[in-house]
Amino acid sequence: MVDNTEQSAAPASVGVQIKRLYKVFGPHPDKVMPLIHQGISKDELRDKHGHILGLRNIHLDIAGGGIQVIMGLSGSGKSTLIRHVNRLIDPTEGEVWIDAKDVVQMNHWALRRFRREQTAMVFQKFALFPHMTVMENVQYGLRVRGVRHKNRQEAAARWIERVGLAGYEDSFPNQLSGGMQQRVGLARALTNDAPILLMDEAFSALDPLIRSDMQSVLLDLQQELSKTIIFITHDLDEALRLGDQVAILRDGEIIQQGTGQQIVLKPADDYISSFTKDVNRGRVIRCRTLMTPGVPVQGPTVDASLVIEEVARVLSAEGFDAANVANSRGKLLGSISMGDIIAAMVPPKTEEAAAEPG
Amino acid sequence: MQWLEAFPAMAPEQLSALKKYIDQGFRAITREYGEAIERFFDPLKAFLIASERLLTQSPWWAVLVAMALLVLVSTRSLKLVLGTVVTMLLIGYFGMWEDTMKTVSMIFVCTVVALAVGLPIGILTSRSNGLQRLIIPLLDVMQTMPSFVYLIPVVMFLGIGKVPGLIAVVIYALPPVIRFTNLGIRLVSAELMEATEAFGASNWQKIWQVQLPLALPTIMGGVNQTIMLSLSMVVVASMIGVQGLGQPVLKAISNQYFTLGLFNGIAIVGIAIIFDRASQAYGKRLQRHSEVHHG
Repeated sequence: MVDNTEQSAAPASVGVQIKRLYKVFGPHPDKVMPLIHQGISKDELRDKHGHILGLRNIHLDIAGGGIQVIMGLSGSGKSTLIRHVNRLIDPTEGEVWIDAKDVVQMNHWALRRFRREQTAMVFQKFALFPHMTVMENVQYGLRVRGVRHKNRQEAAARWIERVGLAGYEDSFPNQLSGGMQQRVGLARALTNDAPILLMDEAFSALDPLIRSDMQSVLLDLQQELSKTIIFITHDLDEALRLGDQVAILRDGEIIQQGTGQQIVLKPADDYISSFTKDVNRGRVIRCRTLMTPGVPVQGPTVDASLVIEEVARVLSAEGFDAANVANSRGKLLGSISMGDIIAAMVPPKTEEAAAEPG
Repeated sequence: MQWLEAFPAMAPEQLSALKKYIDQGFRAITREYGEAIERFFDPLKAFLIASERLLTQSPWWAVLVAMALLVLVSTRSLKLVLGTVVTMLLIGYFGMWEDTMKTVSMIFVCTVVALAVGLPIGILTSRSNGLQRLIIPLLDVMQTMPSFVYLIPVVMFLGIGKVPGLIAVVIYALPPVIRFTNLGIRLVSAELMEATEAFGASNWQKIWQVQLPLALPTIMGGVNQTIMLSLSMVVVASMIGVQGLGQPVLKAISNQYFTLGLFNGIAIVGIAIIFDRASQAYGKRLQRHSEVHHG
């Protein structure tokens, strides 16, 4: 079963480099740019000059084939940032390099082609077409590209099945629950077969159980697809679960980026530590970080990339006190004990805790 | 202080000179271009004649079956089909079949022309706020200007007959199509339009695949209005030679034939109700997809 029209040559993963990106909202962004370069504050710009600073000097190097999460609270500029990748919003200044091309410099036609072939987007409020069936919605991207009816029908049917909606092809979006609607949104984006997937708070409108379900669906799909996914969220747990890399955005600036573990273990400032203190550290810290190098111990062998909560589960199930840690090729690296794990899962002492007599 | 007692109007000689000047200019234009304009509308005339021939020369039962089928297909309601058949049978029994067919034909052509002109204008209006500011007041003028006023230039250019009648009716009945098309397209949510943009749709694809289908129920509301307004114009249009149910009414006014006027009036109301219910039910059916079946 070789299908020549679809996925014949799955494109190599494409990275995204965002450089010196600024976005100013207001009547004359160009006129206030010099002030911004001189370091005017966001409030002063708003009160004295009537312009809103959306994004300030964003640098983000997104590797191909991974999930880059951009996390921030509402008003941090995260939705503005993701819309610069496919230029639904034009930047005031800066560059967005994808596949050796600067999206910012593209003309109308090149941009349209780029959107059709290189990107696909999933929206917070689904944005499904209410007058089209599930089947027609999922085909939309290919229809816009002018793919023949039979071919796009096949591709759409495959993805509808893959996201678990087989049997709902002829339903209208309004007949589906929120979780099912976003599965349609995901299938619509995946059917486009674009190397870059933009997800703007894609799961935020879903209730917690469904959300966690959809996160699993996405991680599962990503295992085999290895797309470049840019995922926006306001939820740190979601960011840590999904993100290979996490960038934290505040007031239009990136204040920390790194792996989830780096952010939890070494928060850049109080703002970030106020988020991370409630995180379940057992699901973030990997045993590679915690192990003691050296002598093998009596006990099971676990993979170095496993999170420590999983190791604790293995240990308690098998009744051991410590485990050996090996890399993906099976080479023994060191060991990890239950005591280390418990100590690491407890949040670090804050000043108040330290002040307590004890 | 005479201007305090009587309004300081233009002197009568000046005023009549001005009117005469404008009239002469206008007459010169009609003399110059009248024929060209008439030729321009020839295809419309052919359309009108063909449609009227089809309705008046087909056997009455064929027209009745066709109407019943049309109502059935557009509404899926047997009650409405039955109402249509009974109304049409009564109209025929009281000797108004032929006039009714002429009126139905006129309304049909008017609606087609209003759609052909109004849809593109409505689409353009929805795409530009500047154009909207220009078009909406123009539509207000078209709808409030007494129809007799614009009958004058129409008759001057085209004389008496079907085509000038059609133009007069279309001027009156066109605004709802433009308004509702403009409104329907503007009501399509910004989120959906962002999605079309993100998938790289062209303007044409946005209009045909998303905006028009989603605006269609609203546009059907406009079509319904257009049909009703055209019907209300048939009596006025009969003054400039449009045949149909309007003419007997006109005759009844000038000769004080009460019953003749009443019968034809009731026939107009009858077909108005059929058209109204059928087009509304069709508009509702277009919104099936918005019914919520699941929380």
